[in-house]
Amino acid sequence: MSHVHETSGNAANRVKTLVAALEEAHVLTERELDASIEAFLSRAQPANGARVVARAWVDPEFRRRLLADGNAAVAELGIDLAHWAPVKLRVVANEPGRHNLIVCTLCSCYPLALLGPSPAWYKSNAYRSRAVRDPRGVLAEFGTQLGDDVEITVWDSTAEARYLVLPQRPAGTEGASEDALGALVTRNGLIGTALV
Amino acid sequence: MSRIHDMGGLHGFGPLAIESDEPPFHHEWEARVFAINRFLLRAGWYTLDEFRDALEQMPPAEYLEASYYERWLFALESLIRRKGVLDVPGR
Repeated sequence: MSHVHETSGNAANRVKTLVAALEEAHVLTERELDASIEAFLSRAQPANGARVVARAWVDPEFRRRLLADGNAAVAELGIDLAHWAPVKLRVVANEPGRHNLIVCTLCSCYPLALLGPSPAWYKSNAYRSRAVRDPRGVLAEFGTQLGDDVEITVWDSTAEARYLVLPQRPAGTEGASEDALGALVTRNGLIGTALV
Repeated sequence: MSRIHDMGGLHGFGPLAIESDEPPFHHEWEARVFAINRFLLRAGWYTLDEFRDALEQMPPAEYLEASYYERWLFALESLIRRKGVLDVPGR
């Protein structure tokens, strides 16, 4: 473990040097950086993705718009997707016999505004390499078992195109409020590594 | 020619390491790297495509050795070096 620790210590020093150079050049200050992290973390949360899904479960017209044009539909809920650069959001719906899984094999593209910062496993070499080759094996590591008759579609994100899974509404939630439905939706359910 | 970042389908990386209750960042410097990149992208220093390209220029052996945010740090440093710290548009 000492190697990992050392590497991280080295990186911390390099970042200090970088921040000092940017401060010196009046590009930004450490305080601005910390404030921007806090602001980002308070805005970009999986609760946003959950809110989108709950709305789609209760409002078939919204669901139709969401699947047709993800950007426009989430904008209706006041969610801005362009945290760094404009991105195209495509929402893919799970249905009986059909499951969707999201990966970014090239790096880590991910709808941050809807899901918050991505988990380390999403950015890992193991997930990036295997999700497209052995999705059932990957799902099993999350404890998610799908029947052999369920077709899995794996969506490979790019810098321009980001995906969100619309899970199936759980049985027995007919009377549930939109808020209660949103509380059932997990981040992994929105990536497709879990069912909701 | 495919570079090392093009990982889809590769073998040999083993099982996933799935953490429960994972924090958004594991070290303060990771959050800073994330925030610097976000700031410079939004300020127009470089585009997302340039950032990705800088990541993908990392020598394969270093890329495999590095953690995720160490790769980002490499890309940031190389872009800032290339662009020149004093060449600051918009401020």
